[in-house]
Amino acid sequence: MSEILKISNVSKVYNNKFQALNKLSLKIKKGEIFALLGPNGAGKSTLINTVCGILNFDEGSITVDELDIKTQYRKARSLIGIVPQELNLEAFETIWDNVNYSRGLYGKPPNHSYIEKLLKELSLWEKKDNKLRELSGGMKRRVLIAKALSHEPKVLFLDEPTASVDVELRKDMWEVVKRLKQEGVTIILTTHYIEEAEEIADRVGIINNGRIILVDEKESLIKKLGQKILKIELAETIDKIPSNLGIFNLEINSDKNILTYIYDTKGENTGITSLLSEIKALGMQLKDISTEQSSLESIFLNLVKESENELARS
Amino acid sequence: MNWHGLKAIYLHEMDRMRRTLFQSLVSPFISTSLYFVVFGSAIGSRITEIEGISYGSFIVPGMIMLTVLTQSISNASFGIFFPKFTNTVYELLAAPLSTFEIILGFVGAAATKSLIIGTVIILTAGIFVDLHIEHPFIMMFFLVLTCVTFSLFGFLIGIWADNFEKLQVIPILVITPLVFLGGSFYSINMLPEFWQKISLLNPVLYLVSGFRWSFYEIADVSILTSLITILFFLSACVLTIIYAFSKGYKIKN
Repeated sequence: MSEILKISNVSKVYNNKFQALNKLSLKIKKGEIFALLGPNGAGKSTLINTVCGILNFDEGSITVDELDIKTQYRKARSLIGIVPQELNLEAFETIWDNVNYSRGLYGKPPNHSYIEKLLKELSLWEKKDNKLRELSGGMKRRVLIAKALSHEPKVLFLDEPTASVDVELRKDMWEVVKRLKQEGVTIILTTHYIEEAEEIADRVGIINNGRIILVDEKESLIKKLGQKILKIELAETIDKIPSNLGIFNLEINSDKNILTYIYDTKGENTGITSLLSEIKALGMQLKDISTEQSSLESIFLNLVKESENELARS
Repeated sequence: MNWHGLKAIYLHEMDRMRRTLFQSLVSPFISTSLYFVVFGSAIGSRITEIEGISYGSFIVPGMIMLTVLTQSISNASFGIFFPKFTNTVYELLAAPLSTFEIILGFVGAAATKSLIIGTVIILTAGIFVDLHIEHPFIMMFFLVLTCVTFSLFGFLIGIWADNFEKLQVIPILVITPLVFLGGSFYSINMLPEFWQKISLLNPVLYLVSGFRWSFYEIADVSILTSLITILFFLSACVLTIIYAFSKGYKIKN
């Protein structure tokens, strides 16, 4: 799969001297859904705004479909659509006028049938003559999506698209995203809902302190970096974890009947056999055993923690 | 050139006027009428003529300038300040538009609105005084140039302002006094010599003077000086805006 977006060594320092991006490099493949994860202030929005031309950057280069966003900004920007994080809309315009206005800004001639189709798909058609200030937060979010898609972009940035939206809208939005992917649109999204990234993304990138810590296929990331959790349900409750089991760093639940053991699937010795042998030697009766794959969220938190430790050390 | 983008900005800004059409047109009509009542009738009854022109007719160019200047600044500054205030400016910055196209869209719309208002004032003035325009084309040229120049200046104020107070501060504290002291309602020849010299430091004087010349062929300074002054101010505004946009001043940082 060829790359549609190439970000090379991009740095951005704000006027208040805060370095939001630090020689950041990233490549996005054509047609993929890429989830950018990171804690608050990591540089997610700055990165998106920089690629879209909303912010200047100090060094590095960015190309969209081989077009430099500084020297060939007209062609490059016309390929991009952005749904910002905040619900920023004019107050007194109608949905219809405002979405058509967005299309015009991107240099596209009016296409009322396309805008009608878009508004219908986003359940906005019935309210097309309503003023923007009369809309609920969820409806405003839909309008922002319609505006971003009004000029039929090839690359769509969704900056925290599901922040403060209801379940129905979230479902509708992911339907639209899936449809866009089928049409070949590349989607880059930032989200705090890691389960969303797990569900919808092809690849995941983790950003912290203005740098990309890691980029990988979602499945591979979970597989490679994931830890597994072994849950041992005991037939009888115990008061405390026996001292013989101390080396396994077990945890016990509040009902005192389930032991939790975290192990690394990549390790040579998972320790499961030794643990079960010790339990048998202690005469403890087992009721059930189960394992769980660690989530993207725990991977994300571990990586961010590691990166912050590394930064503190340096 | 992104013609569709330019058209979108222009029509979007003009739509703001359409939404407030009544206030936009009735307000200059009422204020012009009031100026004629206060200055034309009350003061004009004591000052019958200035350089052979009736006082009522004499103040028409200054009155037009006063309104056109303030309207140009207010329309253009609000036009760009409002998207900044509501954070919808992201869309303009992300769109494939050049600085020139953005300026042309906003300033073009603000200047058009001022031009319409200027025309309303001329028509209203025609009700109160016998209006005779000696050089109609030069008058139109000056009017358009003033609308464009001060819309550019307003646009600059809109970029600089980060709150509503700043948006008002220059029009109220700088522009209005300059217009009133720039010979809008009198000839600087009526002032003591010292104040005549001080008045020559006021850029608005050159504007009003040139504009008045196009009506009655009387002026405080030569028409050429007026023209050079306004073109200089226009160039300064254009260059400052281009610099501000290229550096992302108050917008992209």
